[in-house]
Formats: sequence, structure tokens, C-alpha cells
Amino acid sequence: MESTADFWTSLFFPTLSLVGYIFLIIVPLLLAIAYLTYAERKVIAAMQLRIGPNVVGWFGLLQPFADGLKLLHKETIIPTRANPLIFLIAPLITFGLSLSAWAVIPFDLGLVISNINVGVLYLFAISSLGVYGVIIAGWASNSKYPFLGALRSAAQMVSYEVSIGLVIITVLLSVGSLNLTKIIEAQQRIWFIIPHLPMAVIFMVSALAETNRSPFDLPEAEAELVSGYNVEYSSMTFALFFLGEYANMILMSATGSILFLGGWLPPFGIIPFTWIPGIVWFALKIAFLLFIFLWARATFPRYRYDQLMHLGWKVFLPFSLIWVVLTAGFLFSFNMLPGK
Amino acid sequence: MIATDLILFYLFSIVLLGAAVFVVTSRNTVHSVLFLILAFLNAAGLFILAHAEFLAMILVVVYVGAVAVLFLFVVMMLNVEYGDLKEMKKRYSLMGGLVGGVLALELVVMMYTWKSSPEAFDLTSSPNSLYKGVPNTQAIGNLLYTHYALIFQGAGVILLIAMIGAIVLTLRQREGVRKQKVGNQIAREAKDSVRLVDIPSGSGI
Repeated sequence: MESTADFWTSLFFPTLSLVGYIFLIIVPLLLAIAYLTYAERKVIAAMQLRIGPNVVGWFGLLQPFADGLKLLHKETIIPTRANPLIFLIAPLITFGLSLSAWAVIPFDLGLVISNINVGVLYLFAISSLGVYGVIIAGWASNSKYPFLGALRSAAQMVSYEVSIGLVIITVLLSVGSLNLTKIIEAQQRIWFIIPHLPMAVIFMVSALAETNRSPFDLPEAEAELVSGYNVEYSSMTFALFFLGEYANMILMSATGSILFLGGWLPPFGIIPFTWIPGIVWFALKIAFLLFIFLWARATFPRYRYDQLMHLGWKVFLPFSLIWVVLTAGFLFSFNMLPGK
Repeated sequence: MIATDLILFYLFSIVLLGAAVFVVTSRNTVHSVLFLILAFLNAAGLFILAHAEFLAMILVVVYVGAVAVLFLFVVMMLNVEYGDLKEMKKRYSLMGGLVGGVLALELVVMMYTWKSSPEAFDLTSSPNSLYKGVPNTQAIGNLLYTHYALIFQGAGVILLIAMIGAIVLTLRQREGVRKQKVGNQIAREAKDSVRLVDIPSGSGI
């Protein structure tokens, strides 16, 4: 009898509550993705002096659901010369990875599924795996435009990961821990965007490149590659790529607000600001960074491929390396290194 | 909780070994690389079970996120001829068998003479007895950058030389390539590029 009680208390209930937490994250996340697509269309419409979606529901608020239902009604087409198993795995990888990273994101003090020691590295590892969805999709489609898109994407994501890694290192130098909660708590006095402003800019631009968003959306440059790596995908398989891309945007914004904007911390630790709960501040910061994603899309023309590589390797990499050395030297010479 | 650890250990190990077998046996090279990635991921899982979370994450970032991407890149671009399997077997079975046999023999010999040190079990939880109760990220950092800094830097220099060698071997300078110079483009002004010309009627410039 004791072992059954043990089974219930130590295995069953924890697993059940974990599943509950996962749903508590995934359901709002999917809603956020749906309304991010709506926000994108509305924001770009406003910037181009149009109205945007306004027919389905009040102010077009039901438009994302109409789009989703339309996508699901379509037929899933698997090209005859494609490799069906790998072809279907690719969107699953993209979408699954974009959800799994949320396990370590702290929404408020203690409001996190898994508070691991190496939280930043976990995020970095998951985002470095994101390239596989694209590259496998391009190969498995057995078609030339997807393949070209996949090759571009692989080169682009590997290049910009380097500078994101160095940006993360500068933040880690100032915190002394890889734990995301500790990174946010280290910003009690000052958000890292103020001492590390150039790194925050580099992070934001690299995040655009990492999520294949305009002006770095070369993998799906419709003028050259039709739609890039997802040309052959339709219906649900396409929807998973689409949702994965938007989930990655939200994830990158969350990472950016944790690293530079102080996560759940209010801008000033005084009374009217501290009344608002931390999760609201976190959501507001994510929304602001997402607005920058949309703003960039409405503003900049697409980069040329050689310009993209030039920016990644010859501008961002040396500059962030110098900044790492500067930060380390500054902290060391003023004896401000954390953990001393 | 011990039981779940054990179950996870066997799960990761079985998938790891199975994937490793498929890396060697699958006929499509891209499938081989994909199985290699699966093997790496399971190895990362084993590291986490051994409480070496830093190594697990670095394994994923470096090997899965960068090295395997390049493998996949190269393998996809190569148009591999699968050739005649029987003929391949005839050509390579003797040499391959010989090399494999020698390796297997060495492994067996090693296994019989291997003595693990009495502190080996303690070392699995922390890499150095100095660093008991310290997260392993900090322990590895301390070892690499404080105690073995020179050797670590030496390894870095060797890798740098290898990289420079690879670049020198493949770099070719082409004549007549026009490169974008951003500085020149920004410094360009209207008075350098536009001029007004009075053209008398009936003649060109």
C-alpha cells in the first residue's frame, strides 16, 4: 500500500500539475500567436495608411481564427518525389522547438516551470536547433526553391548565432550566473539596456535574422524563391511552420526582455509601478519588442545576401568581441566582477 | 525517483545505440546525419542524468547546432553515388574487417586491464574534489580558466591556426570583382555626381 501512495504523491500528482502548467503556458501562447498575426496586419496597414482586416468580427478581431480554419480545410499535399516521413517531421520540429523553449522562461519571481542552472544556454541550444526544421524541409521537399531557401537559412542562422552568443556572454559577465531568474534579479538597480545599449541593438537585429524576419527574410524571399523552404507545404504542415515562426518571434522578444529589459521588473521600484504585477510588465515588454519586429518589417527593404553576411561576420562579430573584452576589462579593473 | 532515472537512462542509452547503428547502416547519407543528430541529443540527455547540465547544453549548441548543420549542409550538396553494394562489399570487407577486428581486440584488452580509481564515483558528481557543491558550469570555468589557462589558450591557438590554414588553402582572389563599399556610398554627395550641362542644340555632350 505504501508504494501505491508513493506513486500517487511522488509521481502522478507532480506529473499532472506539470501537464497543467504546460497547458497554462501553451494556450495563452497560441492565443498570442493568433493575435500577433492580427497585430502584424493591423500595424503594417496603419503604417501604409490602409485599414487592414476589419470584416470578420468587431475590428476584424476574429480574423486569425477564420484564417486558421481556412488553413485546416485545405488538403495536405505531399509531393510524389518527396521523402514523406522527413517531409512531415520538419514542421513538427519547428513548432515543437518553438514551444519547448518556454519551459525555462520565468514570467514572475518563481513563476517558471523549470528553473534550471543553465537557463540561458538552454534557450541558446533550442534556438540553434531551430535551423533543422528549415533545412530538413528544404531537403525533403526535393524541389529547387525550397532547397535554395534552406541553404540560405542554414548559413544565415549559423552566422547570427555567433553574435547572439557573444551578446549573451556580455550579459553573463555582468550577472555571474546562467540562471534566467538571477539574470533578471541582477537588473534590480539598472536594466542592462542602459550599460549594454549597443549589445541590445545587436541582439535585436540578430533576433530578426535568427527568426528569418524581414529585412532578413531571405530564406523565404518571395521575389526570388517563391516562398523559400515552405513552398511545397500546405494546410496543417504549413500552419505549423507559420505558427512556429511567430512563436519564435515571441520567444526572441521574451529572451530580449529578460536579458536587457529586466523581465518582470517594473521600470522604477516605486509605488505606482509596483502595484502592477510582474507578469503584466513582462507581457508589456514582450509586446514592445514584438512591435519593433513589425515596425522593421514595414520600414526596411530586404537585405541582399552578401550584405547580410557582411553585417554578421564583419560588423557584428568584431564589435561584440570588442564589447566582451571591454566589459570584462571594466568589471575586472573596478573590481566589480559578480560572484566575488 | 531513482526508478524514473533508471528508466530514462535505459531509454536514452537504447535510442543512442540504436541511432548509432543506423548512422553506419543507413544507405542514404542524409538519413545517417539525421541519426547522428538523434544520437547527439540522447547523449545530451545522458549528460543531464549525470548532473552535467553544462556539458549537455554545450553538446547541443556546438555539435547539434553547428557541426551537424555543416555536415548536413555538405552531405545535401554532394550528389552521392550509391554504387553497387555487392562490389563495395568485395572491395572493402577485408580491410574494414581487419581494422574493426584490431579495434575490438584492443577494447577487450583494455577492459581486462582497466582499474577505476576508488574516488571515481565521487568524481562523477563534481569534476574536482575542490569544487564540491558548486554548479558544474562554475567548476569547469574554474578548471579551464584558472588552473589550466595556458593549456586552454594553447588549444585555442591551435584551432586558430587550423582555421587560418583552411582559409588560406581555399581562398582565391578573383580579378575584376566589384565590391560594395558602404563608406564610399555614404560619402557620395550630389555635387560629386550630378553636373548641369548646357547642350547647344544639334550636338551631343
